Amino acid sequence: MNYVLFAEQLLNGIQLGMVLFLLAAGLTLIFGIMDLVNLAHGSLYMLGAYFAATFTQMTDSFVLAVVISVPLMVLSGIALEIVALRTLYRRDHLDQVLATFGLILFFRELVRIFWGAAGRTIPLPPYFNGSVSLPFGIDYPVYRLVIITLGLIVAGGLYLVVQRTRIGMLIRAGASNREMAGALGVNIPLLFTVIFGIGAALAGFAGMIIAPLTTANIGMGDTVLIQAFVVIVIGGIGSIRGAFIAALLTGMIDTLGRSFLDDLLALFLPVNAAEAAGPALSSMLIYVLMAAILFFRPQGLFPPKGAKA
Amino acid sequence: MKQYIWLGAVAALGLAALPVQAAEIKIGFITTLTGPAAVIGNDFRNGAEMALQHIGKKMGPLDVNIIYGDDEQNPQKGKQAVEKLVERDNVDVVTGQIWSNVLLASKDVVLDANKFLISANAGPSDLAGKACHKNFFNVSWQNDQTPMALGELLNQKGVKSLYLVAPNYAAGQDMVAGVERTFKGKIVGKDMTAWPAQMDWSAELTKVKAANPDGVFVFYPGGHGPAFLTQYDQAGLTGKIPLYSVYTVDALSLPLLQKAGNKTALGTFLTQMWAADMDNAANKKFVADFKAKHGTYPSYYAAQAYDSIMLIKSGVEAVKGNLKDQDGMRKAFEAAKFDSVRGAFKMGPNHFPIQNFYANEVIADKDGTWMNANRQVVLKDHQDSYATQCKM
Amino acid sequence: MNVGLTRCMTLSRVISALVLAICAFMPFLAPAVGEPFLIGMFARAMIWSIAALSLNLIMGYGGMISFGHAAYLGVAAYTVGILSFHGVTSAWIQWPTALIVSAIVAFLFGAISLRTRGVYFIMITLALSQMLYFLARSAELYGSDDGLTIARRSATGLSFLNLNDRVTFYYVIFAALLLCLFVLWRIVNSRFGMVIRGIKSNETRMEGIGISTYRYKLAAFVIAGTMCGLAGILEANLEKFVSPDTLNWARSGEMIFMVVLGGMGSLFGPVTGAVVYWLLQDKLADLTEHWQIIFGPFLILVVLFARGGIDGMLKRRPRDA
Repeated sequence: MNYVLFAEQLLNGIQLGMVLFLLAAGLTLIFGIMDLVNLAHGSLYMLGAYFAATFTQMTDSFVLAVVISVPLMVLSGIALEIVALRTLYRRDHLDQVLATFGLILFFRELVRIFWGAAGRTIPLPPYFNGSVSLPFGIDYPVYRLVIITLGLIVAGGLYLVVQRTRIGMLIRAGASNREMAGALGVNIPLLFTVIFGIGAALAGFAGMIIAPLTTANIGMGDTVLIQAFVVIVIGGIGSIRGAFIAALLTGMIDTLGRSFLDDLLALFLPVNAAEAAGPALSSMLIYVLMAAILFFRPQGLFPPKGAKA
Repeated sequence: MKQYIWLGAVAALGLAALPVQAAEIKIGFITTLTGPAAVIGNDFRNGAEMALQHIGKKMGPLDVNIIYGDDEQNPQKGKQAVEKLVERDNVDVVTGQIWSNVLLASKDVVLDANKFLISANAGPSDLAGKACHKNFFNVSWQNDQTPMALGELLNQKGVKSLYLVAPNYAAGQDMVAGVERTFKGKIVGKDMTAWPAQMDWSAELTKVKAANPDGVFVFYPGGHGPAFLTQYDQAGLTGKIPLYSVYTVDALSLPLLQKAGNKTALGTFLTQMWAADMDNAANKKFVADFKAKHGTYPSYYAAQAYDSIMLIKSGVEAVKGNLKDQDGMRKAFEAAKFDSVRGAFKMGPNHFPIQNFYANEVIADKDGTWMNANRQVVLKDHQDSYATQCKM
Repeated sequence: MNVGLTRCMTLSRVISALVLAICAFMPFLAPAVGEPFLIGMFARAMIWSIAALSLNLIMGYGGMISFGHAAYLGVAAYTVGILSFHGVTSAWIQWPTALIVSAIVAFLFGAISLRTRGVYFIMITLALSQMLYFLARSAELYGSDDGLTIARRSATGLSFLNLNDRVTFYYVIFAALLLCLFVLWRIVNSRFGMVIRGIKSNETRMEGIGISTYRYKLAAFVIAGTMCGLAGILEANLEKFVSPDTLNWARSGEMIFMVVLGGMGSLFGPVTGAVVYWLLQDKLADLTEHWQIIFGPFLILVVLFARGGIDGMLKRRPRDA
């Protein structure tokens, strides 16, 4: 086996995992603490990408665009929470799924009216272009390394916030027992709004940093949303640590499946059959993984302490 | 109760909407107006509109009434839209049709109603072969032809080893099979990716880099094209491994790439039966007016939509507006005597074009706008490989 | 209260009867009002009704929110398509096989997913159906993404039951709808139905009185899956075409919405929901190509303000007055 190729594919897996983590972190907090199934989380991801596209065009700088867009995403998230989602907390999951499905349709069409049906490309600054030589003969695109680094920084930051700060304490309290936290005098509505703002910013940020690679486009939120759900379900709903590990796992499995599955299958199947089955199987892999994990651990790998499913 | 009243209201409206009209031909045009693919559908519609503008909305003695149907890029919705056009609007001809799956799902609605169906884009092998029909015509190409031309182009360019990347759906499989049929070198790798979900090709590009072939073939229509090319550049492959494509680098994706300053596409080759700079009067007029109106080059979708309207016009004129003379119209369609933007072509016995396929190169035109420029003929008077299976 | 209840029950029934009557006479009604197109639309709406009815059994009565119900419709439709592709056109083989296949798939999916609860259940049903969706997309022999065209509708061998005749087939669908309504009515009012409803309101209590809730839920899941398979058979025949889109999660989402729109846990609600959903979408799409910007908020408003769906509103009205 070619070890350089394998190492580069591992990096690709980590990079995908980081994007999934940014998305899943917000989703799992919103889900775990507010008990809200928010299908529109993918729409926030898309919105972030379009914000970045617009501000890159206006300021001629992608970095500046991200700096402007993140606070805007916080505001958009807060606005969305106050206008549409707040009333859904007391509803059952079914109502939440349907109402936020409605939001997906709404956002999709809104973006189309504002930005048009064609996607938007985002030019990167020159220092993010091209690839860089790493030890052991590994050649890797600079910008994908940037994504990995940003993901790690955010993950570290989130860990510190959750473990070391007052709001983090409230978040942890909320994740394991909402009623109790409320009874102890925590301002629950405010806490929820803040968390939603953070979640929206994380999702938007994920969309912003991936958009220079994939373009900002209308369908981008849909697929990744389902992947992010897979991540939080595997990781255990409400757990940031679980989301992080599950995101890496999912990113890795998806990437390695796409890279090596057809070769692997070719070992014990005719080449033609392997060629046909490879892509089919690799696109199903993460769902198989999720079904398998839920079969053995119906609450995911790392359910928050004391949380009820 | 409400529903009953509502039905009554619809009925009343329907009756009221039946005024005494001048003689007209009703054309149903199936395109995509919602969802991510609407960018293709809009261009497609713009091409048809340009044709109508050029002919003053007249075909022979008849006024043209065009009605657009939205397939939402979904076969079931597409079939419904066609049913509406045929059963409610009672159109005389159905044209448009971007997607093979929509066309296959909806064709019987039109053909069973004994009307003409003229595909301006989709060209699935079934309809070219076994399932060919006297009232079905295609004015674009059969799916296999363009990639077959590309495989031939690769041979001419001396490419010995090739890596294929394409989406894992019917058209993607057709494109790959087409290239494989004519390409004589060695295929060193092939990745079929999830469609339309996958827009990040990190794993595939890493494999391409490791395989280091003489050339890479890609097929990513619509919004995926620019994303793929961006990542190709990011992976440091621009200028290292030449890129060849079909239906990927077009008038819809090039403006996006140019805006982003991604030069990967420049200088790459693709194959097509048409190019915006083809030297004939019809094409010059079409491209100039389209650019004046929309500010961009027309895509091949628009060009084919334009041709489909012109083909219909030639049929209507041949029977002097007597739409009941279906045999006369069919004869005219089979003759395909109209000024196509691709230059003259013949209609094969299976009602698919027999035409040239060209190598096009991506260049900057004299104003600096990126476009596909026509180079040499790769396949001359090419007929699809299913025509022999057609018993009409 | 009692009088009011009787009255509103009657109103709900009148509407149900009216919807059924419209369905029954559509093949004559539609040409009469110059909209023959409505026949096809109502045929579709009735097929969707059957699918929604089956979902209502597990979701409305049993509280199991399956986000993958399209899977059973899809596998049945594909079974018909694949058999016809290989030259097996007899309805007497196609239909039972398709029903059995969807029952087996429902059994397998149910056995796995019913181990979980709540959101996990929603997600795992979604994941399982997505797996089939990707499988269908990659099945090259059966057209992958392009789907599978079916040359002719299932052959019954009976001259009075020629499915290629439009009106005959319409009434086959109508009969299937009536059959499903009848079967559901019997199930819901049986001991089995009581248990299922009991599980929805309090599963622990049902376990407490010694009932193996898992088995009951699984049985309901399989019945619902099989019934949804019937819808799949009819759809494959109506469209003469199957594609992976029949398996997509968006399709499952639409089914859920029809049930909610019509009224969860009301016997006839899903039918009204499906019919209204179809007409509404169609009218909005005629209005503007940006119809989703209206439809999305409409969904939200239904969820927020019309709990119990149309059926619930009909039942509530007299009390409000």
